[in-house]
Amino acid sequence: MKRYLGIFVFLTVMFGVTSHAVQIEFHQFESKEQEQLYLQLIAELRCVKCQNQNLAESNAELATDMRKKTYEMIKEGKSRSDVVSYMTARYGDFVLYKPPFKTKTLLLWVGPPIFLFLSLFLLVKLIRKQGHEKSEALTESQRESVRVALDTKQPNQEK
Amino acid sequence: MSKKYFVPLIGFGALVALLLFGLSNDPKLIPSPFIGQPAPEFKLPKMYKPNETISVSDMKGEVWVLNLWASWCVSCRAEHKVLSRLIAEKKVPTVGLNYKDYGTEDYGDDALQWLATLGNPYTAVAVDTKGMAGIDWGVVGVPETFVIDKKGIVRYKFTGPVYPDAVDDILIPLIDKLRAEAG
Repeated sequence: MKRYLGIFVFLTVMFGVTSHAVQIEFHQFESKEQEQLYLQLIAELRCVKCQNQNLAESNAELATDMRKKTYEMIKEGKSRSDVVSYMTARYGDFVLYKPPFKTKTLLLWVGPPIFLFLSLFLLVKLIRKQGHEKSEALTESQRESVRVALDTKQPNQEK
Repeated sequence: MSKKYFVPLIGFGALVALLLFGLSNDPKLIPSPFIGQPAPEFKLPKMYKPNETISVSDMKGEVWVLNLWASWCVSCRAEHKVLSRLIAEKKVPTVGLNYKDYGTEDYGDDALQWLATLGNPYTAVAVDTKGMAGIDWGVVGVPETFVIDKKGIVRYKFTGPVYPDAVDDILIPLIDKLRAEAG
């Protein structure tokens, strides 16, 4: 029991600390739409310093600066595409968690569905083929031997 | 044995090759969108002469280097000697962009001491206290080094501390090549 208590305390401390680690600044917005846009953007833009986090989750100094820049641009009345193009001009498409659809990213977007349909196609083909193999009719002598085998087994099964 | 039994094996081999290729890529090296583009402008106060400014357009007409650094950055210290050698050897004008360091609450004038101790190889040091010029240049982490040609086009970006082999194999040949180009 004591051991479990220790694990419980350890986990509480671990997750209790990490879940409060990110510090978010408080911003005043003129409208609900601007606030929505801000929250949406910081969720969709990647922190380039700590690459597997978005701006909202990251506590890196660069992420703080990028959030600040996003906030300032929205406050100035800039649109969503203004902020996105500002960031991609400096950090490339890499800064977007949702990469744009263009020739360079074609495989990224089209690859998975193609792969899915290809594997579904192959799977269906394989199942069909197996079905045909099974439906081959038995010869009369094979039937006879099956009957004999079933008849001899029957007494054993009755218990 | 039928050939079709080799299909999963070949597929597995292809997957391993793909993953190995992925391992050899460094995700921290983000390709800079500035290569081949005009250098982003900034106009910032000089470190030793706060009344004067230094801007990107001041440097036009020459092949020059922009080095982002800070006194709090440990690998900048490691890079400093290597970079100083490049600057001395090639006599290449170099602007040091002091990123979120000089004049900030946390670091005050640490940068002055840093340069006094290690030497100041820069033609000019631009002070970017707020780090906004840094963002304009797409900073991910200092140090970062850019090479800009005579026309003011960014030609190369080196992410991380410059090491001796990079100076000899990449930067010096590049500077020679760019100097030979028409201005």
